Amino acid sequence: MNAASDVGNHAQRQARWHYGEVAFWLIVLACGFLFPTRYLIMTDILRLALFAMSLDLILGYAGIVSLGHAAFFGVGAYAAGLLALHGIINEPVLALLAAGLAAMVLGFATSFLVIRGVDLTRLMVTLGIALLLEALAERFSNITGGTDGLQGIEMQPIFGQIPFDMFGKAGFFYSLAVLFLLFLLARRVVHSPFGLSLRAIKNNPLRAAAIGIPVNRRLIAIYTLAAFYAGIAGALFTQTTAIASLDVFAFERSADLMLVLVIGGTGYLYGGLIGAVVFRMLQELFSTITPQYWQFWIGLVLVVIVLVGRQRLHRWVLYVPNLIIKQVAGRKAVVAVPESDV
Amino acid sequence: MTAILTNLFDGVAYGMLLFVLACGLAVTLGLMNFVNLAHGAFAMAGGYVCMVLVNRMGWPFFAALPLAFVSAAAIGIALERTLYRHLYTRSHLDQVLFTIGLTFMSVAAVDYIQGSSRVFINLPAALQGQFDVFGIGIGRYRLMIIVICGLLTIGLQMVLAKTRFGSRLRAAVDDPRAASGLGINVPQVFAFTFAFSCGLAGLGGALSAEILGLDPYFPLKFMIYFLIVVTVGGSSSITGPFLASLLLGIGDVAGKYYVPKMGPFVIYTMMIVILIWRPNGLFGRALSPSR
Repeated sequence: MNAASDVGNHAQRQARWHYGEVAFWLIVLACGFLFPTRYLIMTDILRLALFAMSLDLILGYAGIVSLGHAAFFGVGAYAAGLLALHGIINEPVLALLAAGLAAMVLGFATSFLVIRGVDLTRLMVTLGIALLLEALAERFSNITGGTDGLQGIEMQPIFGQIPFDMFGKAGFFYSLAVLFLLFLLARRVVHSPFGLSLRAIKNNPLRAAAIGIPVNRRLIAIYTLAAFYAGIAGALFTQTTAIASLDVFAFERSADLMLVLVIGGTGYLYGGLIGAVVFRMLQELFSTITPQYWQFWIGLVLVVIVLVGRQRLHRWVLYVPNLIIKQVAGRKAVVAVPESDV
Repeated sequence: MTAILTNLFDGVAYGMLLFVLACGLAVTLGLMNFVNLAHGAFAMAGGYVCMVLVNRMGWPFFAALPLAFVSAAAIGIALERTLYRHLYTRSHLDQVLFTIGLTFMSVAAVDYIQGSSRVFINLPAALQGQFDVFGIGIGRYRLMIIVICGLLTIGLQMVLAKTRFGSRLRAAVDDPRAASGLGINVPQVFAFTFAFSCGLAGLGGALSAEILGLDPYFPLKFMIYFLIVVTVGGSSSITGPFLASLLLGIGDVAGKYYVPKMGPFVIYTMMIVILIWRPNGLFGRALSPSR
């Protein structure tokens, strides 16, 4: 067996659906039926999961550090809000796509800035772009509603059939469907040769370039795709909550997103989903203990995670599940330990 | 004409202040290659210490300033010895996450202890008001800032370029292994540098309460300004950040005065344009590649 087919085999084995994954999605779907009183927070988690998956695409797979991912979230949110408010595109799914595309255009335009320079410059440029957009949204308050945000958004029924209800049931299943579809797409992308080349770039851009991977073009492509995902997440936010305010661009949003991904782990797509659940739970817990100062505990979690080491933490968390899987199935764990970080 | 000069003066004072706040960051980030987003938290600590000393305990303002420096430096060295030093060799991402965590904690902690509203430091009468020189309005407080910060800048440059400690620091940064082989105590040099840069931030925080406003969100609000100074200025010398601070200060004051609606917009655009044009900063050498 030559090296090429070896790599192909390995990649194919990685790409196969595991039982664990199927179980994961079934559990998520089951949650929709088991907790009918908690639709709002569950929708919130799904949105955050999609947003985190978007960051995972660039951070976990391409190694681009971003402190301003909220920029795309915000553009998606405002685009969806404006489309609905002015009745330009009434159908939510189409509006969702349009909002995603708007963010995608911005992502493509800014990707040229981001691929330049080292980590530090990237941090700065991404942060700068998010702040710039926030300043712009504030400046053009006649369009965006300024600090009050867009108000009076009324969402039309999905496909003209399913109306959004006040309990958020439709919103939840709508978000879940969007998340699942986009997850499938992301899964396909990261297991494709394109996705493999991204990992090569992440591990060593110089070597990747030496074996003939067009580094910059790949980075632009994945950054644009991630912007699309973030835009969709933002649009979902507006569509399911019917508001869009300036805080969609806030730095805290980007920072929280980092935390979500750090909790869940990067580079295996489920990190964002698991992280989103854990993060919201933590947030709920902290705000019941100290309503005003939950940020302190969030910060503490970040500090502890970094000090303990993300790798070690994930090994600990997966220790018990892996033990069970080993006992039951008599083979190595299916839940992959996330790849090494940037 | 005089309005322009007055603006220029205010801009210079603002820039000088930014320099004192951010030059510590230029050192940790540029020389030690550590991304410390919590830098503003040390500035805030200094500012609040000064506020408590002056307003609650009746200390004279000029006696409280050195204490703001010392307390921020003490907090800095305590954190450096316990936490930061484990992260010197970690990836930039880890450093970013860690320091964002610290920033969040400091914001919430100060909010808890001192409340979330903006605080003011009672200034001595000699520093209030302004006087005219050839029709140019010169604020006393801003003049004092220019004097203090100017002296500090010269002092810093001298320390880095002329003293034994300065050359040890530069050696420790260029090649830690070779430096420790030559008998330089690298961790000690780093710890001392870190403490000093935190102290400078603390002093800057105390001075800035009057101009920038001091509240628990200070570290988040001005983080971008510090980062702009360092990235635009490059971090291979003190002169780069100094010129960048002046540019930023003058640009921001002029922007807010002439195009008030575009306020922060001017700054961010400036930063992005400069970073595209010169990714390593206006006055910088190439940064060492990321680890």
